[in-house]
Amino acid sequence: MAFNSSGGGSYRQQIAQQRLRIITGHLQRPEDDDSAISAVECKAPSSESDASSSEGKTVPRRRHEIMKWNGWGYSDTRFLFNKKGQAEFTGKRYRLSGLIIPGLKDWMEGTFGASVQHKSQATPILNSSSVQPPNLNEAFVEELKSTGVPYSHDAEDRVFRAHGHCLHEIFALREGKIGRVPDMVVWPNCHDDVVKIVELACKHNVCLIPYGGGTSVSSALECPPEETRSIVSLDTSQMNRILWIDEKNLTAHVEAGIVGQDLERLLNESGYCTGHEPDSMEFSSLGGWVATRASGMKKNIYGNIEDLVVHMKMVTPRGVIEKSCQGPRMSTGPDIHHFILGSEGTLGVVTEVTMKIRPMPEYQKYGSVVFPNFEQGVACLREIAKQRCAPASVRLMDNEQFKFGHALKPQVSSIFTSFVDGLKKFYITKFKGFDPNRLCVATLLFEGNRDRVLQHEKQVYDIAAKFGGLAAGEDNGQRGYMLTFVIAYLRDLGMDYYVIGESFETSVPWDRVLDMCRNVKARIVHECKERGVQFPPLSTCRVTQTYDAGACVYFYFAFNYRGLSDPVHVYEQVEHAAREEILASGGSLSHHHGVGKLRKAWMRETISNVGMGMLQSVKDYVDPANIFGNRNLL
Amino acid sequence: MAHRLQLSTIRFFAYTLTKVFKNLFRSICVNEEGIQRLQQAIQEHPVVLLPSHRSYMDFLLMSYILYTYDLALPVIAAGMDFMGMKVVGEMLRMSGAFFIRRSFGGDKLYWAVFSEYVKTILKNGFAPLEFFLEGTRSRTAKSLTPKLGLLNIVMDPFFKGEVFDVNLVPVSISYERILEESLYARELLGVPKPKESTSGLFKARKVLSEDYGSIHIYFGQPVSVRSLSQGKIDRCQFNLIPRHIPKKPTEEIQGFVNDSAYRLVRAQEENMVLKPWVLLASLLLQNHHQSQASGQRPGLTRDELTQQAAWLRDLSRQYGAFLHWPDHASPSEVVSSSLSLHRGLVKMSEGRIQLAVEQGGQVNPGEPRTAVTPEEELLNRAVVILSCASYRNQALHVFLRPALLASALHAASSNHKQEVFNSFSFLRNMFSNEFILCPGATVQDFEEACFLLMKTGELQVTEHEVLVTERGQRTLGFLTNMLDPFLQGYQVVCRFLCEEASEALTEKQFIPDVRKFIIKHLLAGRLRYSEVLSSDLQKNALAALLRLGAVQKMKGAQQGTLKVNKVMVNSLEDTLGGKLPTQKAAVARL
Repeated sequence: MAFNSSGGGSYRQQIAQQRLRIITGHLQRPEDDDSAISAVECKAPSSESDASSSEGKTVPRRRHEIMKWNGWGYSDTRFLFNKKGQAEFTGKRYRLSGLIIPGLKDWMEGTFGASVQHKSQATPILNSSSVQPPNLNEAFVEELKSTGVPYSHDAEDRVFRAHGHCLHEIFALREGKIGRVPDMVVWPNCHDDVVKIVELACKHNVCLIPYGGGTSVSSALECPPEETRSIVSLDTSQMNRILWIDEKNLTAHVEAGIVGQDLERLLNESGYCTGHEPDSMEFSSLGGWVATRASGMKKNIYGNIEDLVVHMKMVTPRGVIEKSCQGPRMSTGPDIHHFILGSEGTLGVVTEVTMKIRPMPEYQKYGSVVFPNFEQGVACLREIAKQRCAPASVRLMDNEQFKFGHALKPQVSSIFTSFVDGLKKFYITKFKGFDPNRLCVATLLFEGNRDRVLQHEKQVYDIAAKFGGLAAGEDNGQRGYMLTFVIAYLRDLGMDYYVIGESFETSVPWDRVLDMCRNVKARIVHECKERGVQFPPLSTCRVTQTYDAGACVYFYFAFNYRGLSDPVHVYEQVEHAAREEILASGGSLSHHHGVGKLRKAWMRETISNVGMGMLQSVKDYVDPANIFGNRNLL
Repeated sequence: MAHRLQLSTIRFFAYTLTKVFKNLFRSICVNEEGIQRLQQAIQEHPVVLLPSHRSYMDFLLMSYILYTYDLALPVIAAGMDFMGMKVVGEMLRMSGAFFIRRSFGGDKLYWAVFSEYVKTILKNGFAPLEFFLEGTRSRTAKSLTPKLGLLNIVMDPFFKGEVFDVNLVPVSISYERILEESLYARELLGVPKPKESTSGLFKARKVLSEDYGSIHIYFGQPVSVRSLSQGKIDRCQFNLIPRHIPKKPTEEIQGFVNDSAYRLVRAQEENMVLKPWVLLASLLLQNHHQSQASGQRPGLTRDELTQQAAWLRDLSRQYGAFLHWPDHASPSEVVSSSLSLHRGLVKMSEGRIQLAVEQGGQVNPGEPRTAVTPEEELLNRAVVILSCASYRNQALHVFLRPALLASALHAASSNHKQEVFNSFSFLRNMFSNEFILCPGATVQDFEEACFLLMKTGELQVTEHEVLVTERGQRTLGFLTNMLDPFLQGYQVVCRFLCEEASEALTEKQFIPDVRKFIIKHLLAGRLRYSEVLSSDLQKNALAALLRLGAVQKMKGAQQGTLKVNKVMVNSLEDTLGGKLPTQKAAVARL
């Protein structure tokens, strides 16, 4: 990814190279117009066959063709224990794919008391008969047909759009239990299609639930069981074009259904990037980011989604909302963008977004620092934030997660590497006296101009040294980030062996970070014990983002549920208790996952009665008939 | 402030204390499962030890026990006055004590530094913290109403999320015979507490030659602040202000801390081991007063006493008392051995066991006896009575609720349940400075009392009526008698305020004046209980009247003077005496 060349090239040379890259990008673009940059208006709806086969795009209309219907990610990619009992990561898509991970089995057995002998198998295929027949609004369907927007009421399509990736949702799917699902799925192709659909929905009183990447972890996609109207899932995945790139202002106008990896790849072809990289970026969509106030791992350089958006369009039952210009900042009353950002699909569908783009970074460098303990690590991050010199990304893992990361080391090929690893371990634990049960590690990612990166790197390592941190090499850092996309697959492996778990996040002022981490982890352990969980749970955290006034903290929580009659209920109770503890310790309800229906109960105390009233009155004005009836947030 | 732990000092203490304890006491009993629980608790979360406070020995004993069981030595919050003691003060400091002022007044800096110090000890969690909820030694062996300041401070880190939890461990230390026995009695009668001094400690060494029986230390179940506050305290309230900024606790928090403090003191009470002597003291005291009133020969024969003691033993057991009655010995042996330990308080004359009141007590046998005025004789007698009463007081918490009910039945004009309850609630309210009665638990207490008396067949409680059974008379008589000195004491205080209080009565002057008034009445034979001379009772009565608004403290120019609402005090007195029905008193209170 890194462009290591042109270190000493003159400014003009750089400009020339930049132009060249962009032109190359244009020349290389695939034949199919749909999938590349174009400024054309929405064409007549393409026929079903060629839309689904569009090349270069990750998400087809029939998602279940390439993705798991009851787990995370691509169907061809998963963890499993092979015949020798070793953990293996299948497929070809990731750097870890096809590799053996020798440490994983021991880690799972040691941490959870899980055993390879005890499997909890998932239902392999969806049984269509367990899905309720669709409750169609005939008049709506009739009129929709005449607009030519593709739709489906296949059981598979509907089930796929009835869930996000909360534990209880996936657990139910694995058991073959299907609750209320949308009655129909529509695939608008462009902004105008969405306008038509919303108009029809209003006319026929149909409930619309916008669907982007389906990676929600807040029960936001669950169909409200009390909804009696026909529910239509509005899948934006086919609205996935970059409509134009403005190199003078460094903005790009993009359809909101595009998923993160496509957006980055297409922009990269022109020599640009957005720099917005949430952990779910392979599957989550631009519209989804806007609707949940997403945050990317490299926000220190590029900003969170609210900093990246310059302009957007949302289709609501009242009509289209957008600003009249692209001024970088305005003083025109409360920013209407902030009604859209975080609206979680309750007000309308985000269709097109103009967002900032940046030239691709010239140089990238990973790094890692080992700290004797978590407290020192947090102190170091705090200092980095204070000096405002945070690298593109910095993440601090606690000891349990450090061990977990260690367990995910793939088998090394040469004796030399393992020898070096052994030596490193010896140096840190024996020579430096770090306690292997207390030490923790921070992974770093630097980005930008090569000289500046090296300078920046030095500055950060100097600060780290003041807090007892030792540089632990690029490899460890890089592996940490590589695992970001792989970790989500691991939950499915756990679920094959009676282990359930999930992550949740919060943001918290600096002075409370340590107290909150300790309290929440202790509360999880305490609650598990109270509720009869037989084995001690995995309860770990990491600090994933730094801000001037605080940090974002991620918790991972998993346990072995053998011996429990209703594991999901126990899980939910523990998660609830953990969230209470977060709030009591000064943490927020959510940093970037959103509220959905999962955390709705705490909204009132979070934003006050008046705040609720304000949001409610916006909803009442924009969508009086509750067409966007997913019942999130309020 | 600040403690400086030094192992050498501790070893020195451990050595001397072993010697001293062996000399003084027959045995020190500790519940080992409590020690194990404590050990566990120390490993989990910061621990606060809350021992009962009956004697100077308490904190030495605590450290000694923890040292013996190889547990982390506690850091003890001790009163400033100990620091005045030369060498010893420093030595106490080196064995983990730190000294604090007894009151802070308005000194905000002192408070801030002090609370930060305590919180730091707690958060670091290297050593358990120890302080006395009652704030000072109880001179009467009744638990004192808890002081909330320190409890507030130790709960604060939990509320603010600085620790996951805090374990509060109530510890009950009961002495078969209290070292300060007669000292306390004299203090209550108006001889001021001697200043703590090293020479005083040396002078006190003569106590070494006496036998003080055994000590029981009971480490109670650790109480988690987290579970106590569950659903009661919203910790989010601390989210919006930096945690280091001191803030006055909200009413919600104050209420919670107060409730918790009462619960903890109740736990201390319930775990207090009672010796047979405590029951004997109760019986002998009642006998003394009855014989005085009826003019019979005082005292009980050994058989009578044994028989009554066995009866009371069974009763107290049914009420859930934590009684240490050696079952392997016959009751008469138990009685004799108890009596022999408290030779100073009882005497045998003509085969009857009675309180040793005639000789004016054996308090200072060394001092030459001069001509005795009636007043001095009265005081000397009162010393014995008060010492004896302090033993009875140890058992008071067992009988308190049924006794309140018994007195309420006695006072109520009918057997109507509502009326009995009103009367009960009035008495309970009146005495809530005197005894540990959890705030807002009137109904529970009433029901508990009914339940206990029904269980033992003394009472029949129907939907509307409360009836005393035939066999209940004896018990109820005993219970009413138990509370009677207090009732009379409060009445006499009220009478004083109505009859004698001048406009310029100050709070300072209250105790000496009321004492004079009582002595006058006692000498004239208008008052039966010399126990009423206890300044503790008088103070509590005043506090109750202040709380009820019958007396007001003046502010401004006449600072410290008391303004008496004579009509109200009068009606309270009449209600206490059973002359007025309780409803009227309730109106008067409003």
